[in-house]
Amino acid sequence: MPIHEKSLIRPENLVVHDNLVIDGVDVSGHWSTFITSRAVTDYNEAMQDEIAALPGGENIHRCWQCGSCTNACTVNAVNPDFNPRYWIYLIRMGMEDELLRDKDIIWQCVSCNKCTYACPRDVVPEGVMKATAHWLELKGHTEKSPSTHFDEGFTEQILASGKIEEGRTLRTFFKRTGQPLNQPWLVALVGGLVKRFPVFYLMRLGLAGVFRPRTWGWSRTGRAIEDYIHEREAANRAALGLGKGGR
Amino acid sequence: MAGDMKKVAYYPGCALEGTGHAYNRSTKEVGKALGLDLVELKNWNCCGAMEVKNIDPQVQTYLSARNLSIAHDMGFDKVMAPCNGCYHNLKKAEYDLKNNAHAVEVNERISKKAGHKTYEPGQVETIHALDWIKNAVGEEELSRRVKHSLKGMKIANYYGCMYTRPRHIFPEKDKGPGSESTAKPHFMDDLLAAAGAENVDFPLKTACCGGAHSLSDSDTSTKLVLNILETAEACGAEVIATECPTCHTGLEMHQVRAEKVLGRKTNVKILYFTQLLGMALGLSARRVGVQENMSDPSDLLRAKGLG
Repeated sequence: MPIHEKSLIRPENLVVHDNLVIDGVDVSGHWSTFITSRAVTDYNEAMQDEIAALPGGENIHRCWQCGSCTNACTVNAVNPDFNPRYWIYLIRMGMEDELLRDKDIIWQCVSCNKCTYACPRDVVPEGVMKATAHWLELKGHTEKSPSTHFDEGFTEQILASGKIEEGRTLRTFFKRTGQPLNQPWLVALVGGLVKRFPVFYLMRLGLAGVFRPRTWGWSRTGRAIEDYIHEREAANRAALGLGKGGR
Repeated sequence: MAGDMKKVAYYPGCALEGTGHAYNRSTKEVGKALGLDLVELKNWNCCGAMEVKNIDPQVQTYLSARNLSIAHDMGFDKVMAPCNGCYHNLKKAEYDLKNNAHAVEVNERISKKAGHKTYEPGQVETIHALDWIKNAVGEEELSRRVKHSLKGMKIANYYGCMYTRPRHIFPEKDKGPGSESTAKPHFMDDLLAAAGAENVDFPLKTACCGGAHSLSDSDTSTKLVLNILETAEACGAEVIATECPTCHTGLEMHQVRAEKVLGRKTNVKILYFTQLLGMALGLSARRVGVQENMSDPSDLLRAKGLG
């Protein structure tokens, strides 16, 4: 039988025979493309429990595969390979190898929560995506994603001063991800502003460099939060059977 | 949403002291022009935005709870947050402290260590700038006070993600006539119509601008923003009205980036709804901080005789 939706099958699983005769019938060539049957032997039975142990992944067991999350997904509309329903299926089945094929895009969830809004089973797919991305990094399957670099720089600033100064956030992020600050679009943006209102912006820029926004008397609070974060990090690593180790 | 909204606690948040300063300024100016009182939270801290929850969700709950406890200490039962991120996080903290025992325990523990009273859910209600103007003033009163009508300015109202999703943290929404809708929000449409605008039928009111990855995955954000901008133009909008500093900055930034990187230029202007209301109430463009926006809407404002 010809396959009409070849895009749904991974190319390496499509088989075309140049010379094949079955029961005296010639089934060679493109018109009788075959699909290799999928045989999975090495299930990772711990994967679902590990991801469920990380923040956001708690409700993964509730999923009944309706696909509302993928249907509602913002990133799926831009990149059809971004498929929360499919990944939740793989995690629940323990099919790690197949999940790892998409390891470099799972962190791209934009947290718009359309999936959480649409989910009839309260799985909170947004949380599951974050837990999965976190799992991939902790297990060493991926490097720290740009998103993790951003989150860490951001959180460190809050721990230090209680508030965020966006210019600093941007500079820290670009530095940690090795990107130059003179990207053409950024230059055009800042240049346009300064051209329109030079005195105003140069003053603002100068002031932001001198006065860092901060919450008064924050150090005790910052330390209390930091203690808790360290405690959680240790618990997360333990749940994944990993030893101690800093960020 | 009972009680007096004429005087509420004000939580601007970090973005409104930085890139979203125009929103801060215009919100205060509109409040003044309408005879409403805002009292800024003393010594507030960042709510954790969209980042801290990825380190640990309970830390984000604590950060928001600390702000709520300050509002309570100052004697307020309502705190107004114009930023969608702050608004969302305070609401989420309220929900979690009511429904999640772990969140309650962590909040208590960190609050004690930090040396302040633990916030108890139910003490303070979080409202958005839209709730505030809609309930404290209302459309009728607002239209009576309009000095320079927006004269049928064609506006696409853009609410973004965090004002309506996930639904369960906004128990007051979807309660029938008079309440806000999470599927088709309309509070901003209502207020701008009262100021003389013509709201276009815009299908992407609650679409995502990719704000969480504005810098960390900027190619995706640029595509998402470009879709919003081009759809608004296709719907006949001259302006996109915003009510969130992250969305607003995202739209402005990626409008430039779409032109530079993808070669797709859009002309639709981007203004905070408070800037539009302020100008309709007779305030100058300068007073509502139009000069602080990254995009330049001055030709449109001149054509409409505003500012």
